[in-house]
Formats: sequence, C-alpha cells, structure tokens
Amino acid sequence: MFDPKKVKKDFPIFSRKINGKALVYLDNASTSQKPKSVINALTNYYETFNSNTHRGIHTMSEEATAAYEDTREHVMKFINANLPKEIIFTRNTTEAINLVAYSWGEENIKSGDEIIVSAIEHHSNLVPWQELCRRKNATLKIIPIKKDLTLDLSAYEKLLSKKTKLVSISAMSNVLGYMPDLNKIIKSAHKVGSIVLVDGAQSVAHMKTDVKKLDCDFLAFSSHKMLGPTGVGVLYGKFEILSNMNPFMFGGDMVKSVEQHKAYWNDLPWKFEAGTPNIADVIAFDAALTYLDKIGLENIHKYDQKLLKYAVSKFSKYEKDGVSLILPTFKSSTSRSSSTTSNSSSSTFDSSVTSSILSFSIKGIHPHDIAQIFNDEGVAIRSGYHCSQPLIEHLNLSSTARMSFYFYNTEADIDRAEIALKRTLKLFKN
Amino acid sequence: MELYSEIILDYFKNPVNKGIIAEPSGTCTEHNPLCGDKIRVDLVLDKKGKVSEAKFSGEGCAISQAATSMLTEKLIGKTPAQIKKIDNDEIYKMLNIPISPGRVKCALLGLVTAKKAAILCKKTK
Repeated sequence: MFDPKKVKKDFPIFSRKINGKALVYLDNASTSQKPKSVINALTNYYETFNSNTHRGIHTMSEEATAAYEDTREHVMKFINANLPKEIIFTRNTTEAINLVAYSWGEENIKSGDEIIVSAIEHHSNLVPWQELCRRKNATLKIIPIKKDLTLDLSAYEKLLSKKTKLVSISAMSNVLGYMPDLNKIIKSAHKVGSIVLVDGAQSVAHMKTDVKKLDCDFLAFSSHKMLGPTGVGVLYGKFEILSNMNPFMFGGDMVKSVEQHKAYWNDLPWKFEAGTPNIADVIAFDAALTYLDKIGLENIHKYDQKLLKYAVSKFSKYEKDGVSLILPTFKSSTSRSSSTTSNSSSSTFDSSVTSSILSFSIKGIHPHDIAQIFNDEGVAIRSGYHCSQPLIEHLNLSSTARMSFYFYNTEADIDRAEIALKRTLKLFKN
Repeated sequence: MELYSEIILDYFKNPVNKGIIAEPSGTCTEHNPLCGDKIRVDLVLDKKGKVSEAKFSGEGCAISQAATSMLTEKLIGKTPAQIKKIDNDEIYKMLNIPISPGRVKCALLGLVTAKKAAILCKKTK
C-alpha cells in the first residue's frame, strides 16, 4: 500500500496556499491534480521532440509518432483491450460519447428503436442520446432511481426489449459515487441484442476496469480525471463494431487516399482521429498511466473506501444541525430508533456500491455559501448541479455541495473539511 | 474584507420585505440555472406611479437573498423608469462586500428581476 502523505509530495500544486491555508483539494470528480512526472512529460515533448505525428520522415516526427502510439498501447493494457486499434483518442469523455452517437447512432438507430440510459447520468451521457432520439424519432428510456439512491434494476429488466438498440450507463455517478452492477446490466442488454456503452469518466480513475471481463461494447473516459492533462479523452470500442462504423469528422490524417471528388478512409483507429491530434497531452497521459500503475488501482479503490467511511463518520455527526448526506444505501443513526447508542459510527452505508464521492446539503444554507466558506478555509469543493440537473431535481434539491476524494487526500484533509463545516454552521445558524 | 459581513448575514437570516403580494402591479420570477437560485419580486404602485410596496420570495444563496432584500427597501418611492436606471455599481456599493466573478450573478439576480417586474407594472389602478 502507498503512503498518501508521501504521494502528495509528487504533486507540485500542494505547495500552494489558498487564503493563507495549505490547499485541501476535494474536487477530484471535476478534475484531478497532476504529478510532476506528467508535467515533465509535457515540457519534455515541447522542449526536445515537438513535431507532428504520422507525417514526417524526420527523426523528431518519428519520435513523436512513437510516443503517441505508445500511449495508445498503454491505454489498451490499462483497460485490458485486445488491440491498440480499439483505442481512439478524443478531446474528452463527452466527445467520445458524441462520436458513438454520430457515427454508430446515425447508421444504426431507426425510427421506433429504443435507447436506455439511467437516472444518474451526467449531462454528457444524456443530452447526446436525447438529440439522437429526436433526430431519429427513437425513444429514450430511463432506468429509475430508488429511494435508497441505487438504480431499480428490476425496472431496467422490464425496459429491455427487442427494440432496445443501446444501453448507455455510467459506471460511477459523479454526484452519488454510486457504482451500478455493470455486469448484470451488460449481460441483460446483450440478451436482447443491444450494445452497451459505459461512461467511465469517474470510474476508470478509481478502480480496475477490464473491458474483456465487463464485455462492454464501448467505454468512454477522460485523461484529466486520472492525473493526465486536459484535452484527451478515450473511446474504446470492440474491433468488429468500430470497423463497421463510418468517421464523423473528416479531413487530414483520417484518409488513406484522396481523389478530387472522393476519399478513402484510413484504417482504425486513425479514421476517427481527423486533423493534428493533441500530441503533447496524449504523450503526457502515458506518464499518468505509469504513475497509476505504480500506485495500483486495487490500492486506490481500497483507500477510497477508507476515506469515504472516515468522511461519513465525521459529517454524519452533524445531522442534528441539518446536514444531510446524499449517499446511496445510507442509514443514519438518527433515522434508526432501535439502536441504543447514538454515536456517529452507527451510521451505515453499503461501501461496495459507492466510492470516493460524498455529496451533502445543509438545511437553510445554499451550497454556494457552503463552498465559499470551505474556500475561505482553503478547502476546494464543488457546489451546484454537477452537470446532473435531472438527478438533483429528482432528489428535490436546488443543488448540492460535493466532496470528492483521490488517493493523495488524507484523513487530515477531511478533518480540515470538518473545521470548514463547523465554521459554516456557526456563521449561518444563530 | 469579509464576504459574509454582519449586515449580509443579518439580511439573510432576518430578511426585510420577504413574502408575496396578492395583487401586485407588476411581478417577475427569474432563475439562475447554474446554481438553482429562483427569485420573485412583486411591486405595488401608488396613484402617483411610485412603488409603495415591494416584496421578494424564492430561494438562493446568502448573497442573492440579502442583495434582493436590501434592494426592495431602495425600490420604495421610485417609479418604474427610475428602477430601470439602477445600475450594477449601485448594488455593489449597497452590498459593500467583495464580489468575485463567480458571485456576480448572485449579487445581481434581484436587480434583474426587479427591473423586469418594473417593466411589467400596470398603470395605477
């Protein structure tokens, strides 16, 4: 197991002070911080072999091409894909999902077909499908969420039919930290002949993802939430499906040969990577994957659980002050009258279905004000809809405050958040 | 300078003019979709066409709630034309706290709503 305190030293940003206090960064679900090795990889590319890929004969172009393609191979191993050509670089998760919606969706979705998403989706895994359904006169169906904030999978089974062509589902909610049972969801979808896209924007950074074991047809995720630079997303797709798809962006690099009035597409994966790609950031993403390999995703997952339990034990103490934890399967000590003791540790939740994110609200205090006071204390958290407006409104909230953790966070960070919480309560409650 | 000054917190905890008016001369509800804030402003005009009563309702952060509450006090005695002329700086001066770029919309939501309510005001009954 790694030492989180030592690990923190690999991240230059943690020497920064916010409002005179050492930075506590609890907004990792928005984007992660970057280790020195990733920042060095960026500088190294620009300082020593900056050139375009897949074009030049000169030394530096060959080096850039090799480094760019090395990252692709590393991503393949990281998620246990079969072939490098199953890995397509995009700008971010959103673009990866849009690639599927435009390229696969335009050709395969017909009037009367059905697409299934869930009630926990980020806007990026909802709006592209709303739009595709509108263009194709298809129907969007939603897996409902239960009172305990987990998905109603028996309702899901009833939504599935021969009409279902695609199930697109998040592996980890960015609001709830909830991880639905993907194995079950994917198996059931395949039984009716539907393909499955997994939105791994949150999950790939926090737990081992094995696309062969999962048997998902597509997986979309982003570099910037897993130590890598912004501007790099990944679309994994099964080879048979990708080879039958047409490009949706046209231009340089994605063609094999061009006549005045017609063009012939390049091979996979380049037919989906039109124009000069984000070379520097893709190359630096390799360093991020190397760093994560060293720490170990199994270790990260275990440590996530430990931190979340600690945060829940701290924050659930304030339920009497109006603090509500928005956490799947959460049973607070106050809601169970049978227990004889009412200490904080009697609050429980199923840690196997949730990870690394703790959203909360405080009665009578707007999340913007909570985030502002936390910032005064040097603690960065997120407030608002978190790009999940339908879910937040379903929870009957106007918005929430959210703490999200990564492996460089410590229990001391959560103690600092608790101090900020106490100050918030003191300031706003009489 | 503190963002949550005593005055701001006082207006937030004990808001002046909070409520709705049953038959307003003009009313408007505005949203700030990014943070989920919602504010309604109701105005009543007297025979001379000046605001005799102003109330606000809705939900939002301390800044938007306090700013709107303070603003409703300023609206009394003004004509709709005068309300339309209130500029953003007057709100910042009234609040007397540092407004960061992220909080501009919170500070100004009440004013935007009040101006629209003023435009919608019917002539005196």
